[in-house]
Amino acid sequence: MSIFVDQSTRLIVQGITGREGRFHTRQCLDYGTKIVAGVTPGKGGTEVSGIPVFNTVREAVARTEANTSMIFVPPAFAADAICEAADAGVQLIICITEGIPLLDVLKVKHYLTLTQTRLIGPNCPGIISPGLCKAGIMPGAIHLPGGSIGVVSRSGTLTYEVVHQLTRQGIGQTTCIGIGGDPVAGTSFIDCLAAFERDAATRGMVMVGEIGGSAEEDAAVYVQQNVTKPVVGFVAGLTAPPGRRMGHAGAIVSGGSGTAQGKIAAMRAGGLHVCEDLGRLGEFCKEIFSQT
Amino acid sequence: MKIHEYQAKELFRRYAIPVPEGGVAATLDEALAVADTLPGYPLVIKAQIHAGGRGRAGGVKFAANRDELQRRACKILGMTLVTPQTGPEGRLVQRVLVEQAADIGRELYLSLLTDRATASIVIMAGSAGGMDIEKTAATMPDKFIKVQVNPLQGLQPHHIRQVLFGLGIPPDTMKQWPALLAALYRLFVENDCLLVEINPLIITGAGSPLAVDAKIELDDNALFRHADLLTYRDLHEEDPLETRAREYNLNYIRLSGNVGVMVNGAGLAMATMDIIKKAGAEPANFLDVGGGTTAEMVEKGFAIILSDQNVTGILVNIFGGILRCDVLARGIVEAANKCGISVPLLIRMEGTNVEQGRKILADSGLPLITAVDLADAAAKVAEMVA
Repeated sequence: MSIFVDQSTRLIVQGITGREGRFHTRQCLDYGTKIVAGVTPGKGGTEVSGIPVFNTVREAVARTEANTSMIFVPPAFAADAICEAADAGVQLIICITEGIPLLDVLKVKHYLTLTQTRLIGPNCPGIISPGLCKAGIMPGAIHLPGGSIGVVSRSGTLTYEVVHQLTRQGIGQTTCIGIGGDPVAGTSFIDCLAAFERDAATRGMVMVGEIGGSAEEDAAVYVQQNVTKPVVGFVAGLTAPPGRRMGHAGAIVSGGSGTAQGKIAAMRAGGLHVCEDLGRLGEFCKEIFSQT
Repeated sequence: MKIHEYQAKELFRRYAIPVPEGGVAATLDEALAVADTLPGYPLVIKAQIHAGGRGRAGGVKFAANRDELQRRACKILGMTLVTPQTGPEGRLVQRVLVEQAADIGRELYLSLLTDRATASIVIMAGSAGGMDIEKTAATMPDKFIKVQVNPLQGLQPHHIRQVLFGLGIPPDTMKQWPALLAALYRLFVENDCLLVEINPLIITGAGSPLAVDAKIELDDNALFRHADLLTYRDLHEEDPLETRAREYNLNYIRLSGNVGVMVNGAGLAMATMDIIKKAGAEPANFLDVGGGTTAEMVEKGFAIILSDQNVTGILVNIFGGILRCDVLARGIVEAANKCGISVPLLIRMEGTNVEQGRKILADSGLPLITAVDLADAAAKVAEMVA
């Protein structure tokens, strides 16, 4: 079992003919993901890695019964691409694109509330249910299928680090999601924790946060009130100076709020098991999850 | 991207938002020339730097006559202003804004910003503007009105009413306000702002609103569609190393410690800085060379890190996913040979083809320290700086 993506996922890739789109289409296919179509306006009728390319998402969905889309469209056109996929009835959209103007993301977020579509990202590594489906840019090989731990994170390579340590401890994963490093994300920590809580195969969660905003604090309150499974928490950015964006558009401590210290305290108050030593996170998880 | 007050006021004028008459000056002669175009004294001289808290630090002065203007402008131009927002090193004042001093009846606070939690645009209005607004906001939150605007629908009359009645604007002077708020909202969305702040927004003795200050932060991600705003970038306000790094497409932030950091990915970079601190040292920088790092990027990263004279050791932490560790290791060896790295270099690599990568590093003959995992890296950082 898993959340959001599995063997029933039929994926289209928007921006499939670009350099990134092409490369990651190949990687996902090699992992076993069912990619059924690609979309690039004006490139309809061509193929990428044997996958048919269409001019519009609507056409791709009509021809291939796709239910999920992964977006590599450049930032200036990404918001439009997300709305196109939602209008075509795609249920899950994973937007990898980094650097979309914030006002575009705000509008998209409100627009999607009028639809049944879930957006993961933007500015994220995507989602993987090990052994079942990889819809993202993460290295597939570091994941361990058949496990019982869900991972949710705002980061990319930091998530790989965490997953790698879990795998080395023999702790497999149900699903690993990068919700993205932008100030506003389509899917929140809470959405993921709620889905993991409902997922029968998931027995515990790892939540990887970073400075900026209040998503970790909100999630900590949610965990306290709604989550029965053990949750391990980690927060990056204890040494980040205030007022500076630390690589991610959303990673900024402003006016004394959004600090790592505050988030760690909130996690503790919410009953999460906070690990402060990234080097030993795998061992820490093994200890916590073997108790339950 | 932050812009100067005088630039923000230029934008305000374009949207017919009332601001005091005045102009910017880089020299004393220019300041006097601006003063001579204005109707009369008193004038106010305001240091133009990208940081708040200028007033308390001595960067804002009144001038009752030409003589006073000359003396005070002379003092502010070229001074290094230290405010709580500049850090201890302060900021060199290269320009001043010279403008008509306002006839202040009441001081209010008004800002527009994006709210992460609700994904909306928020109008914050306060009946007590002026200095120390952060403190007022924290101690007297009831003095602030927060109005959420759905970005799809935009500013509506009821939003404006909430702000005006909330601020207690006298009904007989309300007429000028809807246009002002509408113009501010348009300015915000049309220029992809992250923040527009007027503190104080005053009501003059005659009952008219006037933006005495103006602060704007623009969305870097949206600058591609605002070529006109790019001219507002002031490189003097940036660390030269950070400017150079941006030219290389590297995400670098200079810090005050002595252990240089090179990592692929922002989250892992922050976590790596934290590890250095935990090991008893201080990071010299944040450097994210990107998820799909190339050997060339690694080389440029080293050059930037080594330009910081404080650096006495470097920790490289790369999680090779798409980027293979053998490719990376070759990049490091090449860069080390080219840059002539003179400080200890600690490398922790993990991921695809890590064994081949480690072999390349070992065979290079370079005096590299390698760590097998993050825990090992932390221990070796402590050793390196001891």
